[in-house]
Amino acid sequence: MTTVKTDPKKTAWVIAGAIALIVLPFVLQMFGNSWVRIIDLALLYVMLALGLNIVVGYAGLLDLGYVAFFAVGAYLFGLLASPHLTQNFPAIAAMFPNGLHLSFWLVIPLALLVAAIVGMLLGAPTLKLRGDYLAIVTLGFGEIIRIFMNNLDQPYNITNGPKGISDIDSVHVFGVDLARSLTIGGFEIASVTLYYFLFLALVLITIGICARLQDSRIGRAWMAIREDEIAAKAMGLNTRNLKLLAFGMGASFGGVSGALFASFQQFVSPESFSLMESIMIVAMVVLGGLGHLPGVVTGALLLAALPEVLRHVAGPLQAMTDGRIDAAILRQLLIGLAMIVIMLMRPRGLWPSPEHGQSAQPDAAGTMPVSAQDNPPGVDFPADAAPGSTGVRQSAINP
Amino acid sequence: MQLKLSMLAGAALLVAGGVAQAQEQVVKIGHVAPLSGPQAHLGKDNQNGAQMAIDELNAQNITIGGKKIKWQLVPEDDAADPKQGTAVAQKLCDAKVAGVVGHLNSGTTIPASKIYDQCGIPMVTGAATNPELTKLGRKHVFRIIANDEALGAGLAKYAAETLKLKKVAVVDDRTAYGQGVAAVFKREAQKLGLQVVSDQFTTDKATDFMAILTAIKSKAPDGIMYGGMDAQAGPMLRQLDQLGMSNVKFFSGDGSCTNELPKLSANAKSLASVVCAEGGASLAKMPKGEDWLKRYNAKYPGQYKLYGPYVYDATMLLADAMKRANSVDPKVYMPVLEKSDFAGSTAKIVFDERHDLKDAPITLYNYPGNTKTPMN
Amino acid sequence: MDILLQQIINGLVLGSMYALIALGYTMVYGIIQLINFAHGEVLMVGALTSWSVVGLMQESMPGAPGWAILILATLIACLVAAVLNFVIEKVAYRPLRNSPRLAPLITAIGVSILLQAIAMMIWRPSYKSFPSLLPTEPYQIGGAFITPTQIMVLGVTAVSLAILMWLVNFTRMGRAMRATAENPRVAGLMGVRPDMVISATFIIGAVLAVIAGVMLAMNYGTVYHTMGFLPGLKAFTAAVFGGIGNLGGAVIGGLLLGLIESIGSGYIGDLTGGVLGSNYTDIFAFVVLIIILTLRPSGLLGERVADRA
Repeated sequence: MTTVKTDPKKTAWVIAGAIALIVLPFVLQMFGNSWVRIIDLALLYVMLALGLNIVVGYAGLLDLGYVAFFAVGAYLFGLLASPHLTQNFPAIAAMFPNGLHLSFWLVIPLALLVAAIVGMLLGAPTLKLRGDYLAIVTLGFGEIIRIFMNNLDQPYNITNGPKGISDIDSVHVFGVDLARSLTIGGFEIASVTLYYFLFLALVLITIGICARLQDSRIGRAWMAIREDEIAAKAMGLNTRNLKLLAFGMGASFGGVSGALFASFQQFVSPESFSLMESIMIVAMVVLGGLGHLPGVVTGALLLAALPEVLRHVAGPLQAMTDGRIDAAILRQLLIGLAMIVIMLMRPRGLWPSPEHGQSAQPDAAGTMPVSAQDNPPGVDFPADAAPGSTGVRQSAINP
Repeated sequence: MQLKLSMLAGAALLVAGGVAQAQEQVVKIGHVAPLSGPQAHLGKDNQNGAQMAIDELNAQNITIGGKKIKWQLVPEDDAADPKQGTAVAQKLCDAKVAGVVGHLNSGTTIPASKIYDQCGIPMVTGAATNPELTKLGRKHVFRIIANDEALGAGLAKYAAETLKLKKVAVVDDRTAYGQGVAAVFKREAQKLGLQVVSDQFTTDKATDFMAILTAIKSKAPDGIMYGGMDAQAGPMLRQLDQLGMSNVKFFSGDGSCTNELPKLSANAKSLASVVCAEGGASLAKMPKGEDWLKRYNAKYPGQYKLYGPYVYDATMLLADAMKRANSVDPKVYMPVLEKSDFAGSTAKIVFDERHDLKDAPITLYNYPGNTKTPMN
Repeated sequence: MDILLQQIINGLVLGSMYALIALGYTMVYGIIQLINFAHGEVLMVGALTSWSVVGLMQESMPGAPGWAILILATLIACLVAAVLNFVIEKVAYRPLRNSPRLAPLITAIGVSILLQAIAMMIWRPSYKSFPSLLPTEPYQIGGAFITPTQIMVLGVTAVSLAILMWLVNFTRMGRAMRATAENPRVAGLMGVRPDMVISATFIIGAVLAVIAGVMLAMNYGTVYHTMGFLPGLKAFTAAVFGGIGNLGGAVIGGLLLGLIESIGSGYIGDLTGGVLGSNYTDIFAFVVLIIILTLRPSGLLGERVADRA
């Protein structure tokens, strides 16, 4: 994929794509800023999905608490760029007489670093765990972080508890406040469009990093762990460090995305970081195509934008059914249906990675339960489910 | 696909606009409340209140600025989630609604109010009671219900001065709403010399409170303050019975002060110990309260929960300001809205300098014979 | 002392309900290694169905005794949920059996979202009060209180576990289940029909979910369309606690989780002088879980799996 530069046809596509991406918000703006806002949030989810893809897609570690890192980034920015800390801690107010308004450009690397450290700290106790045990522990960590954020308003008011942190600074790029619309030569660019370009730039950088990672030594080592951890270990890979690195790198993207979210929303509260968010991010990665960048991006765009798009469409539908089907219920119904139907029709995701599709053909006995031979690349399998194994499986009904 | 959809939506808008220009003008009022998720029942009640106001306005054949007005409600769902709340706010801004009624939860109202303020659309909430909301000094934000300061303080005063309690326990549900009321109660109670013997917490999704109630029981308080919604208060009252604590006074704010409470607690014995506070005068005492409820029940039988009349009033208030300003342009009618003196069905609505309801009355309720009844 | 006794009773009752749900989780997991995220929603549908039946019966037969209504309502709800779970498995999970393991996980999440929406359409999104069908007067044991409903919860859990153990260990069906769990292909060669066994497992899972749902409704007195989520999550935790796939483990995990939550939230405030309080209840369970899993990576009673190529 990195050799596209030499192919003129591909170059043309890339240029066309770039133009489309630049024009997109202006077209959507005509229909209303809320459409651009949907895309903005979807871009944040793309970043999250790309981050989680490193953990789940590359290293094969099912993480159900990924939203914790999103929360860490968001709260970090919320605390360092809002009046909250100076209002509650006189000592900090004395240190920053003009209020604590750390620049966005300082917070971004900080969020990256802090989230990565948190990611590795949370990853460390889970190294020995497999599959679903890993899933429940990561889920637990996600909840622990959210519960702490919801409750750290006493005895010292650090996070302002359930009330959340409001009045967070917006992002300034070259002196331009992204929270206000910008007028250039009579043409007004809405605030959400300015944010769109910022997010787009960061998403493109993220995609670039992911693409390079995928082909790097580390990326290939992760995939080796995903396919067979024991074999990987036997080949001399330091699986412990590699897994920690996956957790850390994945988390860092989540942290950056969180900081962006806080500045975009100018408000953070623990409600935004519920378990359901984590589950939805996993769904994005799997629905799109585990471990395949274009797939992950597609999945994230689809699942993040779908509920909001349905919000616009469900209203007319409701009118058509004489209001018998509530718009909100209909929206939920369609999301559920979409997840089921897409998965049934494309079990490997909407846009799966090509080599994965080939390596795991379903065997002749098509209706047999997951069996040894066709364990596809994906998340952690019971070690004994390896080809040819007829031994005792990791779990069984065993009173 | 998105593009196609949005084009469709755009076309629909154009058609709607064309019809409207003919002889009447469509005025859109946005309404936001959670219509999905655990608080959907309260959100539905709110939306009914707003829809009822809109229907009545349409029946009145109002003309503003020489044009006959066709009122239209734009109902939206925020699922009690701040993220969806802001997305909806942006959508309403784009739809150029003349005013917004909502939201229900303080947690979503606070971030959404920023967006309304930026795009200059007045927002009137009849349900979000967190004091923080009006402290932020946002010009377009109005509240027509007593805030948590008033509720918590009123309950604490009643506990200390009328009931002469000595020891109380405080339970909060760790939401922006519950935490707010509970914290005010605790502060005021301590000021009045009450001893707060136990601080317990739960969540707005919990149903089992046995552990925290047992912990409270070990401290033998005379009263328990619960900051949270009726869906939790009901089971909690049942569990107080189960622990033999039916005689401990049970205080709560407006979130649990509903007609549903007896049903949700299955007429528990401890219901007799409940004292709860609600902003505004009681429906019975409101000039048009009884009448309002009759009309509501005729239209939406069995759906009245709590904030319906406030949302109704909020919608009527916006229409009233537009009538008096003779304009539906927010810029024109905003100053008039600020100086409202509106006889609503919940209270006489006059705003103070922070756009909170001036002299917001609060009413205490109890449940003799398992029906919600205003005290004194 | 009576306070501690009361907290233990609280914990056991809460834990029994977790255990009942966890049994359903663990059955399904044991046989097809699927975290059935929709299990909590099946519970919710069962509880709401039984609520409707109870309402109808109280109207049509005013004099009927509470226990009779309860049993009949539970049976009807079991039937509805069993059909539902059978269909779910057939439509949403079976076609994905040879797919990557995460695919059925996503459809399970989809099913769970879908069921909530359908429940909102049928039953409306409001909290409903579940009538008290049994006497509500609590008994007093050494200063602690326990209600007839709570005694029933404890009893039903014990009986359910016993029946399941018998079913899995001493019946043809159970042998077929164990064979399928060990190796579906070999089981197929031995004359077991894995598809049928899996369907049966889902039906048993649904029955367990309904029993748990009715117990929840009876004990807490409310039913609503999101009531399955949190208990489902707790039960998942409990199942992992005990070693997922292990029936005894699920019950032990559930009871332990209930005890930790109730004793933890009851005493943590006093022990830490108010720094930590019952707001951290949900954390204790996870902290203990993480500690146990770092010591025993397959849960308390889970099999130890040697690293094998």
